[in-house]
Amino acid sequence: MVGVTTVVVFLVLWYLATTVTGLVNPSRFPRPNEVWAAFSFIQTEGYGNGKLYQHVFHSLQLVAMGFAVAVSVGVPLGLLMGYSRRAEALINPAFLLLRPIPPLAWIPLAIVWLGLDDGSKILVIFVAAFVPSVINSYTGVRNIEAPMMEAARMLGVKGWRMVAEVLVPGSLPMIFTGLRLSLQASWTTLVAAELIGALYGLGSILNQAAQDIYPAMILVAMVLVGLCGAATTWLLGQLENRAMPWRKGRVAA
Amino acid sequence: MNDQISRSQFWRLTAIGTIGFFAFWYLARVLHFAPPQFLPMPHEVLAKLIDLLYNPFAGYVLGDHMLASLQRFGMGFGLAALVGIPLGLAMGWFRLLDDIVTPLFDGLRFIAPVAWVPFAALWFGTGIGGPTLIIFAGAFPPCLINAYRGARNVDVRFLEAASMLGVGNFRTITEVLFPAAVPSIIAGLRIGAGLGWMSLVGAELIVASSGMGNLIVRAQSAIATDTVMAGMIAIGVVGVVIDVLIRRLERWLLKHRNA
Repeated sequence: MVGVTTVVVFLVLWYLATTVTGLVNPSRFPRPNEVWAAFSFIQTEGYGNGKLYQHVFHSLQLVAMGFAVAVSVGVPLGLLMGYSRRAEALINPAFLLLRPIPPLAWIPLAIVWLGLDDGSKILVIFVAAFVPSVINSYTGVRNIEAPMMEAARMLGVKGWRMVAEVLVPGSLPMIFTGLRLSLQASWTTLVAAELIGALYGLGSILNQAAQDIYPAMILVAMVLVGLCGAATTWLLGQLENRAMPWRKGRVAA
Repeated sequence: MNDQISRSQFWRLTAIGTIGFFAFWYLARVLHFAPPQFLPMPHEVLAKLIDLLYNPFAGYVLGDHMLASLQRFGMGFGLAALVGIPLGLAMGWFRLLDDIVTPLFDGLRFIAPVAWVPFAALWFGTGIGGPTLIIFAGAFPPCLINAYRGARNVDVRFLEAASMLGVGNFRTITEVLFPAAVPSIIAGLRIGAGLGWMSLVGAELIVASSGMGNLIVRAQSAIATDTVMAGMIAIGVVGVVIDVLIRRLERWLLKHRNA
């Protein structure tokens, strides 16, 4: 109840500050009706090379691709490193050398290598989403209780069955923690990469609106970035609940 | 766990992994996987890194770029910690404040820090103010959330004891909640510093005219791959140093708390 009140009060304050009193200069922060106009404009006329759905679809597509590749490489690698000390000792050096470099710092290198096309964006999303997937899957396996592992080994569980029936179920909560962080990192890097150079996408709307000094459109793009991030996180939460029906505490958002 | 390995085995495998990483890199040159211009070798990158210390690129030597970045980082991160930690603790103590701030915070949470770049530039310019806001946007959420969680997880008996002794709100926060939340707060600071440092690089890639992000993006447009990589290494190393410093701070704080 207080939550709803807060949001309403906040919106009313916004209206008062920008429209009624003129306390905030509209060239600095847009009025509510301007934001609505900008939203209708990009939806019907289009802005920055495309209409709203084209931009959203393009960004979603890139995030989905980079995220999917990163996760399908990162999670198995993390499980392997968690399971086998040998694999960990062998792989960890390369991982430790590359990990401290922030994902966004890969953007210029990705552009040198792959240009301003989609390929460079998928590469940086991959780099960003890869690390949390690996680390959390690894931690997940390491946190499986020792008696469980011993029992499985004593019963002669090996190979694929070990992965499917012990490692993955045991580390699933941590794997999903990793996936959430990966998803968040994917959006951050995508927006940054699109801000630097792109024809389509939410970041390219931001970039175009910044160049045109069009505050209402900047706000529209920011809200869209937030909504897309929230929507994909919600989807992942649904998947998490499906994947772990035995857990009582359901994940909300 | 599954295969206990001895120390010597561990180090041997680690050495193989390290050498393998660099061998792979050199092999790419031998096999002409990419033109040298696009894939400089490790020793060339290292030489470039040292060269950048003396010869200016994009107007400044490496040290000055780093100083510009660290200055912005210090302001943004400092502000995030100074606002986020007290606010998080207070939200953990006053229910009403929690109810007011949480919906606003949740609404903003999903907006990637770099998405603030256009407004940051519009409001505070591209010198120090704009990038500072981006770093703040990156570092603030973990500072706040962890202080809040730390405060919520305080043992109820401490709070009951405090209220029985007639300790007021302010002193409860500073003398009960804060000390108990230190480990959680430090964890938040570490995450926040990592995200803040990354956001800084993002902001500098896009708007700034100096700093490490600007260095690598200028090197990118000059197709100076060795400079790009040297810059990435410098960014990574300083990121690690910042993390080590925060861990030192934790040890210091915990020692004083227990004293």
